[in-house]
Amino acid sequence: MAIRGRAHKVGDHIDTDLIIAGRYLVTTDPVKLGEHLFEDLDPELRQRIRPGDVLVAGENFGQGSSREHAPLALVGAGVAAVVAASYARIFYRNAFNNGLLLLECPEASRAVQDGDELEIEPQTGEIRNLTRGEAYRAKPIPPFMQELTQLGGIIPYVRRKLGLEAS
Amino acid sequence: MGMTITEKILASHAGLPKVEPGDLVECRVDMLFANDITAPLAIQQFERIGVDRVFDPDRVAFVLDHYSPSKDIASAEQCRITREFVRKHGLPHFYDVGRAGIAHVLLAEEGFVAPGELFVGADSHTCNHGALGAFATGVGSSDLAAAMATGRLWFRVPPTLRFVFRGTLPRWVTGKDLVLRIIGDIGVDGARYAAMEFAGPVLQQLSMDERFSITNMAVEAGAKNGIMEPDEAVLDWVRPRARRPFQPVYGDPDASYAAVYEYDVTDMQPVVSAPSSPANVVPVTEVSGVRVDQCFIGTCTNGRIEDLRQAARVLAGRRVHPDVRLLVIPASPRIYRQALEEGLIQVFLDAGAAVSTPTCGPCIGGHMGVLADGEVCVSTSSRNFIGRMGHRGSKVYLSNAAVAAAAAVAGKLVHPDEVVREPARV
Repeated sequence: MAIRGRAHKVGDHIDTDLIIAGRYLVTTDPVKLGEHLFEDLDPELRQRIRPGDVLVAGENFGQGSSREHAPLALVGAGVAAVVAASYARIFYRNAFNNGLLLLECPEASRAVQDGDELEIEPQTGEIRNLTRGEAYRAKPIPPFMQELTQLGGIIPYVRRKLGLEAS
Repeated sequence: MGMTITEKILASHAGLPKVEPGDLVECRVDMLFANDITAPLAIQQFERIGVDRVFDPDRVAFVLDHYSPSKDIASAEQCRITREFVRKHGLPHFYDVGRAGIAHVLLAEEGFVAPGELFVGADSHTCNHGALGAFATGVGSSDLAAAMATGRLWFRVPPTLRFVFRGTLPRWVTGKDLVLRIIGDIGVDGARYAAMEFAGPVLQQLSMDERFSITNMAVEAGAKNGIMEPDEAVLDWVRPRARRPFQPVYGDPDASYAAVYEYDVTDMQPVVSAPSSPANVVPVTEVSGVRVDQCFIGTCTNGRIEDLRQAARVLAGRRVHPDVRLLVIPASPRIYRQALEEGLIQVFLDAGAAVSTPTCGPCIGGHMGVLADGEVCVSTSSRNFIGRMGHRGSKVYLSNAAVAAAAAVAGKLVHPDEVVREPARV
């Protein structure tokens, strides 16, 4: 199913402290974490994000700490997908493990402007910019990550491997 | 074509004769751990998997170090969740208040990591342990839960970047300065998804403590792991500590590197990472005179005995500037005790520093020294991101322990020579 939402643009090297500050890591509840999303980056950004919106970032999104609370905060705030030029590696794994769609697309990262209306086809990686009448193609998601995503993350994957879930 | 040390460890743990960068492999995990922030989420995910027990209780550790001793009710609940899980599963390697240290420092000194092993932790600075010639990497809580259930985890084999240090280290230039210099040169994503291998004769001039500061910060360049081949000093350090027999691993002479960087350290100076990126690296003399409100000596990067000795060398017979708060947090109970026995704690207290039980606290703006709007801190930690140590308007300079101690005395950033040149007021 296509994702349709408004784009919120952030810059390069957005770290996990900016996504969710260390002082809030005393809960694992995505909704509570989501209330403080991007608080130190731009205290008003959280208020502009509506469920189903898309975050558009620059290079190395999610650098820094291994806190899985970062993708959880994005999920809790209703962010439907992230489009970035590139991702930090621990964040990348954590997002897939929590069912957050990440697309790698330097072209969209450059071209999309804050507030643009985007439509994303998760299966093909096509990103349509309805505001500008443009389309961009994300790098294909590696087959293993696709498999993880289809199963719903690392936990169902492990359950299936251990024979706890029908394959 | 041969393999690097990183490739060899991944190959042996995947049961394969050979791996290449880009290969996806599933590896056996020798040891894993989580802390009080990442454990509750890992426990939740582990319970979702639905197995009855962890794959091997002897290969699992939990360390309460971040918000411990608990700073409030919410953090106390996170610690309680972890304690209950440990009791339910009868896990032997649990470190609670009083016996806990900062996990990376503690678990290395307790002998849980050895050369040639594969170690994962739900904490990004797990790359710390590469100084022992192990493959060590940080993962999220879900990956940790998967490893805790199965004893295995998937990895993409990283390409290796090699950093070679030659020359003679000048006074006050430490392992921390070398790694900051590299991060300044290649950037916070200069080693993204790669292994950083550190080598060269200068490593032999460095104590084990200083070597750990280097591998500890590999993640700040985006790396999957930092690693050094285990020389005699490593083996001497590990032998009395290791809990299991181990087999050191070395790269092949014809191993292939994605890039090789050569450094002559002879003319290097102590450096700092200026706000608000670890890659914003300048010689301390370039920011000399910046006024500071707080100095912090501690963390998994620089809270070891050698760091405390360097700080004490600057602080002995001197006093912390009246406008500055100095926090000193030994990274483990063992280091705290050793600092006490060497008289270092006396030096810190005489200087007017606050000395605390081991905790990560101030490094993540959690407790024990949170910064107010506009405040400046010189910290021996590894991250100076916006808001990292408190208010988003606060600023953090990353440095070695001597530079932080000198700033505490001078009330401003200075080269340690500036302070030590002045006669001590004993």
